[in-house]
This record gives sequence, C-alpha cells and structure tokens, in this order.
Amino acid sequence: MIEKIMIIAWANPFSFFAEIRWEDIFKASNETMYMLVFSLLFTILLGLLLGIVLFLFSEGQLLQNRVLYSILSVIVNVLRSVPFVILMILIMPVTKMLVGTSIGVKGAIPPLVVAAAPFFARLVESSLREVDRGVIEAATAMGASRGMIVLHVLLREARTGLIAAITITAVTLVSYTAMSGVIGGGGLGDLALRFGYQRFRLDVMVVTVALLLILVQLLQMVGDMLVRTFSRR
Amino acid sequence: MFSLIDLIDIEKVYQTGKKSSFIALRGINLKVDKGEIFGVIGRSGAGKSTLLRSVNLLERPTGGTVIVGGDKLMALGEKQLQEKRKRIGMIFQHFNLLTTVTVRDNIAFPLRIAKISTNQMKARVDELLELVGLTEYQHHYPKQLSGGQKQRVGIARALANDPEVLLCDEATSALDPQTTEGILTLLREINRKMGITILLITHEMGVIRSVCDRVAVMDHGQIVESGTVLDVFLHPKNKITREFVSEVSDTFGSEAVGAYQVKGQMVRIHFRGDQTYEPVLYETVRRTNATFAILQGTVSKMKDVPYGQLIVELRGSDAEVNRIVEELGEQGLEVSRL
Repeated sequence: MIEKIMIIAWANPFSFFAEIRWEDIFKASNETMYMLVFSLLFTILLGLLLGIVLFLFSEGQLLQNRVLYSILSVIVNVLRSVPFVILMILIMPVTKMLVGTSIGVKGAIPPLVVAAAPFFARLVESSLREVDRGVIEAATAMGASRGMIVLHVLLREARTGLIAAITITAVTLVSYTAMSGVIGGGGLGDLALRFGYQRFRLDVMVVTVALLLILVQLLQMVGDMLVRTFSRR
Repeated sequence: MFSLIDLIDIEKVYQTGKKSSFIALRGINLKVDKGEIFGVIGRSGAGKSTLLRSVNLLERPTGGTVIVGGDKLMALGEKQLQEKRKRIGMIFQHFNLLTTVTVRDNIAFPLRIAKISTNQMKARVDELLELVGLTEYQHHYPKQLSGGQKQRVGIARALANDPEVLLCDEATSALDPQTTEGILTLLREINRKMGITILLITHEMGVIRSVCDRVAVMDHGQIVESGTVLDVFLHPKNKITREFVSEVSDTFGSEAVGAYQVKGQMVRIHFRGDQTYEPVLYETVRRTNATFAILQGTVSKMKDVPYGQLIVELRGSDAEVNRIVEELGEQGLEVSRL
C-alpha cells in the first residue's frame, strides 16, 4: 500500500492532492488540537492529584495507608484495562452530565480524560518514586509540612520525570482522539478513518497521517527539550 | 549541667513480619549537655543511626521519652513538632540537597519553610554563605560541587533557623580525609563560636578524637560504654571500644614491645593536660639512681586536651622502682606495672 501511494504521489503530486478539501483538513486539525489541549489539561490536573495521592499512600511514604492505596490502585487498574472505545461508550451518561452532550468534540473530552488520567497518574507515581528519599527526610527534619514537601520537594525534584510523563501522555491522547470518531468526535484520526480508509481516499489518508505524525513529533521534541532545560542532575 | 538532649529508656522495635521483629534500640539512656560535642560511635547496624533519628523523631521510638530543650517531643502534636524541628538542625552522610535549585536556594529553603520575610532571608543566606565559605558558589547547582562543598551547603542549611542543636549523621563518611578535616574544623568552630550543641554519629574513631568532648560506644542497640573521650580512649573497657581505639593508635600493652627481653620493670604511664609537656618523668627518675628507656610512646591531643602515653622500662633496684612509681602517682600521673 505504501508503495502504491508513493508511486502515485511521486508521479504527479499536484493531481494526487488536487481533490482534497483543505477546509475539511483544517477543521479536523482544529478539532484534534481542541480535544488534545483540553483533555491534556484536565488529565494533568486530575492525574497529578491522583498520582501524588497514590504515591503518598504507598508503602513507606508520608501518608502510608495500605487500604486506601489498594482501593485507588484497583480503580486505576480497572480504568486502564478497559479499551478506550468501550470506555467511551460506557461512560456516556457521565459525559452528558459533565459537559451536556455525549457526542461530538466536546463529548470526547471526558472519556479522553478518564482514560488518560489513570495512565498519567501511574507515570506520576513512578516519577515521584525516583525522588531521593534522603531529600524528603531532610525536608521533614527541617520542619516542613507534608504540603510543603509535596510542593517544594517532590514536584520540584521530579519535574523532569513529570515533563517526560506529560509528553508520553500527550502522544497517547493524540492516538486516543482518533478513536473518538466513534461518537462523532471528529479530528484528524477520524478523517483518516472515514475518508482515507472507508472511502479509499488515499490522498486524505496521506495528509492526515502526515499531520498526525508531525504533531506527535513536535510534542516529543518540545517535551525532550524541556526535560533537557530543567535537568540539573 | 543543663542537658539539652535527654533520651530516657529509648526502645525501637521494627515489626518485620506478623510474628517476627527486630530490636534496633534496647533501653538507651543518653544525656547531651548544652554546648558540648557528643559523639556516638558504633559499627554499621549497631543502631546509632536509629538513635540519632529518634532525637528529631524521624524515627519514632516504640518506647521511652525524648526530651530536647525541655520539650517532650513524643507528646507534641504535628504542628508543634514541625516548629520544634526548625530548631534542630541535621546534616547527612549523602548531603540530601535539593538537586534542582542553586546553593543559595538550598540554604534559603528552611527559611522559606519558617516563613521568614524575603529581606531577612536574603541577609541571612548571605551570612550563612559567608560562614561556610561558599559565597562565590551561591549560584551553582549541587551537582557542580565537590563532596566537601555539598556538606558545607548542608551545614549552612542546617544552621539557617538558629538551631539549639545540630545532629550529624555520618557527616564525613562520604568524604576524603582532607575534606573530612575541613568539615570537622567547621563543626568545631560552629560549636565554639555559636554555642550550638552537636550530637554526631560516626564509625570513625578519628572523628571522635578530633571533635568530641564525650563519647558513647554502641553495640547491638545498646550503649556499652560512655564517658569523656580521653577516659574512654585511654581506658577502653569493652572489646568493641578497644577495637575502635586501636584504629587510631598503637596498642599499648606488654605485647607491644614484641621479642624484646625486658631487663627492668616495664610500666605504662598516662599523661593528661598540660602535664604532658612537662619533664615529669625525667625529674622523678633523676632523684634516684635508676635510669629509664622509652619503649613506646605517643604524645598527642584529644580535641584540645594534650595527652601522652608511654611504655617505659625502669632500670634500678626494686626500692628505687617502687619509689618512682609512687612519686609519679603522687604527681597525678597514672602508672601501671606491666
């Protein structure tokens, strides 16, 4: 298939892309960005909170609590093991309650967050685990409260790990947005699926996939750059 | 003497399983006087680190009472304990600095916790940088510093909130000998100039000898011996203490002379304080017809106290030897026949 695309596109690039309706591509790109930005924002907020709590409840940490940790852990694992497509449909009533609709770009955001936040929370938990216990101990010895330790020690010391976690999560979200077509979510992935695959529009497929690739590439580059900037180890 | 730290019957038991447990501290009693440098020495696993962490409740003892500056720490609420901890400085073997902020911000961190105003904070940090000699490194990050410099940052940070006491957890164990000497000098200075009481733990007898006033020797979660450093050093009673002492000095006993055939009476003499530098031995022997030969000897200092340890062979009649031993004793030297 790739070969076929290459041959056609190479033979006459102008006529190959001539029939693309660029306003569709533009609209889809917008939708993807909209879904990505908002779902990432809420995923970070919720996931960070969940990840911090998971970490603090875990063995040997500041709020060590085996029961609460196990409960949260199971919830996170359940949410992570449900396939996104199924999750999206399952939580439709909740989605409707939260954003007023369970379809479209808006309706796609809650399921995206519900799917990505537990995943991100696990990444946060393991990043925090990387923080030197000695530094936490030193802060405790200085009389820092738990809140201060979380804010000034844990999040600060783990920041490169957290940035890397956000990058991974953002990329994951991009691929999840493609599936939101099932509930009419739109976006580039949906366009690729409906036009490119189902209607055999190779040209649309090529363009959308290329755009998605560029988006993922950009996200990863920015993420890596930030990690380098903030790395002090 | 007012004791600043008073540990009474401290016990720490770790529950390692449903039925198994590990006893880290067994009924420790320890008093640290205001203004002194107190050292706890022990092999790894002796419980000294747990003991030190009991003082600021980083490890909460399972039994006993911890009193610091008159407050019973285990009775304090969380907020009160946090306040109290601000007045108990602590430094660590691996420094435990924040890696993501500069030297300056590391030192400012405890001030930020104590909610000191920005202006005061700036002045205080400048002062502390000056004290530990790191003013020109203030904008460096910890990874750009040597071990000794990192420990200086640790010390400055520990002193930021004017603590009454400084806890040192193997503070020099990760450093080379020269750097260790620099850090120990700084600790002595802090103790002398600022009157801060220091409680340190170490496994190096050299550290005890160079900075401590008093020492406690720990083994298997118990204090097996304690006293002034000179007493413990010159008269180690416990086997483990003797091992530590032998690390920093030759063994002083009849076995030290090896195959040498002793003709007269071999004695061991201990000098203490200024007498160490007086010709006491010579003067005393001269009044008789006897002579002496020094078989082995050390003249050194224990922190600031000079001391001497000699193994001497006295050659003369029994009467003369008896007289010399008696007169040396009268002048305050410890003499024992070997």
